[in-house]
Amino acid sequence: MEEKIEVNIKVPNQTRYLSLIGKIGEDVARALKRFRGDREELAYHINLVLTEAMSNAIRHANEGDPEKVVHVTIVIEDQDLTIRVYDQGQGFDVCSTAAPEFKNLDEHGRGIYIIRSLMDRVTYSECRGGHVLEMVKALR
Amino acid sequence: MIVKIEEKGAVILIEVKEERLDAHNSGELKTQMLNLFEEGKINIVVDLQEVRFVDSSGLGALVSGFKNASARNGNLKLSGLQPQVKSMFELTRLHRVFEIFPGTEEALASF
Repeated sequence: MEEKIEVNIKVPNQTRYLSLIGKIGEDVARALKRFRGDREELAYHINLVLTEAMSNAIRHANEGDPEKVVHVTIVIEDQDLTIRVYDQGQGFDVCSTAAPEFKNLDEHGRGIYIIRSLMDRVTYSECRGGHVLEMVKALR
Repeated sequence: MIVKIEEKGAVILIEVKEERLDAHNSGELKTQMLNLFEEGKINIVVDLQEVRFVDSSGLGALVSGFKNASARNGNLKLSGLQPQVKSMFELTRLHRVFEIFPGTEEALASF
């Protein structure tokens, strides 16, 4: 039987929930039945991309407004892991962000680079009431 | 954020007593380091032995500390990186920027 997992979470637009969402992502990775790679590494990477994507949604797209909500879905289907992070903002196009200049030692700008490095496909698009960052990783 | 700050001769040892160094708490570490720089303390070891997870904000706070220390002719060195944390420094090439030691003793002795 094909393994399908879908996790759907909504939290207030506050960084104190980063740890909670990251840990849920780690637990999903550890629960996968058929994944044959390094499970602990996958768990860490899912925690990381969730943390980076949520931080961007909270601080940039939702502009730190604590009344707003961040909606996250984690779906495992057809050997693809898809994470979607929905914001309620005007958009912050992470896909147009340039790669960091490593030698310049900037304090910011590494988050999107990390997401792009660890995931196979990353898109940012408009949806009802905001935008969604979609990140896909093939689990083969 | 829980940190333990100790003077070890001319060097300040900051032990981060958190499992995560992320966008939620890294600003506090940055502030703690800025306070030390303002007091004229420019040689720092940040021990990450208890940190299991670091994100780009955590890395950014350490880069900020490194740049501030260097600008004052001091240095900021790291110790006790767990394997997954070390892999983040490698992914972002920051392992070429920081001096990284297995433990605090080696890091403190290197000044």
